[in-house]
Amino acid sequence: MSTWLLLTITGLGLGAMYFLIASGLSLIYGLMGVLNFAHGAFITVGGYAAWWTEVNLFDGIHSVWLRFLLAALLGLVIGGVFAALVELVLIRPLYNRHIEQVLVTVGLSIAFVALVQGIWGPDAKAFAVPGWLHATTTIAGAHIPNDRWIEIATAALVLVLLQLFLRRTRYGLIIRAGVENRAMVTALGIDVRKAFTLVFAIGGVAAAIAGVLGGVYFNVVGPDQGTSLLIFAFIVVVIGGLGSIAGSAVAAMVVGLTQQYVNFYASAGVGDMIVVLLLGVVLLASPRGLVGAFTS
Amino acid sequence: MSRRTVADYVWPLAVFAALALVPQLHISIPKLFDQSISSPGTLQLLAACVLFGALALTYDIQFGYTGLLSFGHALYIAIGVYLSNIAITDWHWNFWVAILFTMGVAFVLATVLGSVSLRVGGIAFAMVTLAFAQAGAVLALKNPHHWTHGEEGLGADYTKLPHAFVGILNTKNLYWLALAFLAAVFFVVRWTAESSPGRVWQAIRENEMRVEVLGMRPHLYKLQAFVLSSTLAAAGGIVYMLLYNGSTLGVTQPNFTLTLLLMVVIGGAGSRWGAVLGGILYTYLNNRLVAVGSSSTVEGLPHVLRTPLSQPLFLLGTIFILIVFFLPGGIAGIAAHGRPSGLRRLEEAIRSDHTLTAPPEEA
Amino acid sequence: MSVRDLHVHLGQSHVLQGVTFDVPEGGVTALLGRNGVGKTTTLRAILGLVGRRGSVRFDGEELTSLPTHRVVQRRIGYVPEDRDVFAALTVAENLRLAERDGDPRYELVYDLFPDLEARGAQRAGTLSGGQQQMLAIARGLLNDNRILLVDEPTKGLAPALVSDVAHVLERLSELTTVLLVEQNLGVVRRIARGAIVLDQGRVVHTSGAEELLEQPELVKRLLSVSA
Repeated sequence: MSTWLLLTITGLGLGAMYFLIASGLSLIYGLMGVLNFAHGAFITVGGYAAWWTEVNLFDGIHSVWLRFLLAALLGLVIGGVFAALVELVLIRPLYNRHIEQVLVTVGLSIAFVALVQGIWGPDAKAFAVPGWLHATTTIAGAHIPNDRWIEIATAALVLVLLQLFLRRTRYGLIIRAGVENRAMVTALGIDVRKAFTLVFAIGGVAAAIAGVLGGVYFNVVGPDQGTSLLIFAFIVVVIGGLGSIAGSAVAAMVVGLTQQYVNFYASAGVGDMIVVLLLGVVLLASPRGLVGAFTS
Repeated sequence: MSRRTVADYVWPLAVFAALALVPQLHISIPKLFDQSISSPGTLQLLAACVLFGALALTYDIQFGYTGLLSFGHALYIAIGVYLSNIAITDWHWNFWVAILFTMGVAFVLATVLGSVSLRVGGIAFAMVTLAFAQAGAVLALKNPHHWTHGEEGLGADYTKLPHAFVGILNTKNLYWLALAFLAAVFFVVRWTAESSPGRVWQAIRENEMRVEVLGMRPHLYKLQAFVLSSTLAAAGGIVYMLLYNGSTLGVTQPNFTLTLLLMVVIGGAGSRWGAVLGGILYTYLNNRLVAVGSSSTVEGLPHVLRTPLSQPLFLLGTIFILIVFFLPGGIAGIAAHGRPSGLRRLEEAIRSDHTLTAPPEEA
Repeated sequence: MSVRDLHVHLGQSHVLQGVTFDVPEGGVTALLGRNGVGKTTTLRAILGLVGRRGSVRFDGEELTSLPTHRVVQRRIGYVPEDRDVFAALTVAENLRLAERDGDPRYELVYDLFPDLEARGAQRAGTLSGGQQQMLAIARGLLNDNRILLVDEPTKGLAPALVSDVAHVLERLSELTTVLLVEQNLGVVRRIARGAIVLDQGRVVHTSGAEELLEQPELVKRLLSVSA
């Protein structure tokens, strides 16, 4: 029982991070048709920005919690700004040339990882977090690392905020409509390009949060952390349905839990394979993803 | 001989013959290479360049010619790299049997996975191929039955390899092997591109619906291109294994496919020699830029310039982005002078009721 | 609005081969023609939803240099052929999204379409075909447009609904100019003032609507139907 509980919470924690990454990817692809390989760079930016500011800017502050929170905050701001810049400089000029947009994001992901490695070296950096996050809480005999709670809580908060944004604001309305039919939105006199930059920024912020949390989860930030999480995020996006936040949330939980359970009860690595194959199965059954199958 | 034959076959043959002479040239080109061209170290690098030119070309069959964007090409190269090695080193099979076995598995797998993947198109296809490749990567890492040796990699049992390919002094043989492989792939691609399936591939890239309207079934042709591309890639993987004397996980990573994509785009997708040039150039730069980065000239530069230069992938990624923006035809695009699209040629050929004829002259 | 020498290529085909016509201010001008001659493409070209060459002048301004959202901001409304309402959004949200200028005319819309007010919270995807058509037209009515481009609004609707739509369009035409693509000649006869006929990507006939419809031979030749 205690093992199962630990696996479940860990799976949900992992799923939380997948969701943070997948939500941005899903909106970007749903609205713009761009498969953003550079999302890994946003994750890395968040992680490294938080690490760097914590070490260099906030070392005067005594409270570990305050240092951590300020660093995280700065990390996600920088992540959002970086993502917006990427959209403005690299994506916008290639309007409607989808393959080339994807290629550009591929190039950016490769160049960016190399740049980070060049500046800070290939080794992962230790990420200082408040002690409580390293400690465990015991529930029903299971020793659960406390960082899992933060991950799950953060993802839940982001989910709520995103849904509020999508349903209550004008830009949220534009994005929801644009995911369905971009051309018609422009035919209503709305400049969708602003929405494009906005979803990139949102995606960047969410990815940066995942980067910071990744630093907490793995205890370090490294140059290729972004890419390794990205593949599973892609899988979540596809399974959950492109453009659907709710779908991503559900799919993220499913993927995270499946990975944990199968990796443990079957054998290490098999969970990853199952998840990957699940992607293939879903795509073949319903090219628009599971949610796409139910809503269209 | 008609001019087309000269352009298509004689010139390339001449180039390959010239390249074959390289190991006999005992000359040094100081800025480009550390040692004399015929030294084992340089020959190893040149062999790698040539091999990647060939691998890039196999990828181009799918991407440049047929318009299929796959993120899982590495899977088939990895099959070539690992399966042949496993058969020889773990199962103690005879070298030639292992080769045949590997090629057979690659062919079957490409056919099966290809049929499945090609049920969807565009980005979905790209994702499915990524998924299958990732499954392969996980499998290799997992080290089932201790065959792949996971992160350690699997060194090849050199006692079972043909003597000609073992040992530093025989590096020139490996160079010739890589060159022969490149020539083989080159002429296979040349021949199919000019013949009926190749034209349909290019037409599919331009506009798949019209190909259907013209009465052909694109799915079969796409599968053809996919299987050819993947099987050749597996053969390249075997050469890779021989060249590096073993198998490591690097070839299973999605990044490996992405670097092939970079090579093809930088060189020029769908052009005759663009992919090859891209592969050669990329491999050379990737190798040499590291050396340049730690040279004394660069050490003296301010930190801002030094950092990117010490990371070849940064430069290559940036070049790639610039090419996508400003030079979508790649380096080959600079030289080519607007060939009519494959689709138009196809339609004209059918309308004029001849068998698919030769393409017009290229400048 | 005046359209001059409009050319559109879609893929390999030269769909519009130099379309030229004027839309007089006020009332309904019908754009007619057999299936596939380029009527829908003409509307989309005016809006910039497809690449085009040529000139479209509206109130003295050249539209072809503008992107779609700017064209629409010149107070040009669009009711597309397939309605293109946003299925996942509610009726009210569809209308809210369509608000373009400062003063959306909700009273007018709800006066003409009381049903839409009642169904405000309903997801537009669950509406019937006729209701979706009304929503699409309502979107065009919400803003004070100077011209409304309407594409086959009665397509696929039951005869009773066709009559409703025609009635709505009639009311609309009192408020704004309407360029109407329509296959249903009964509707055209009822509400259209002028008629422009397209064939093979070119304008082949221009006259008053009544004039045209009174010549069954002409109608048959141009439109392959008996009026």
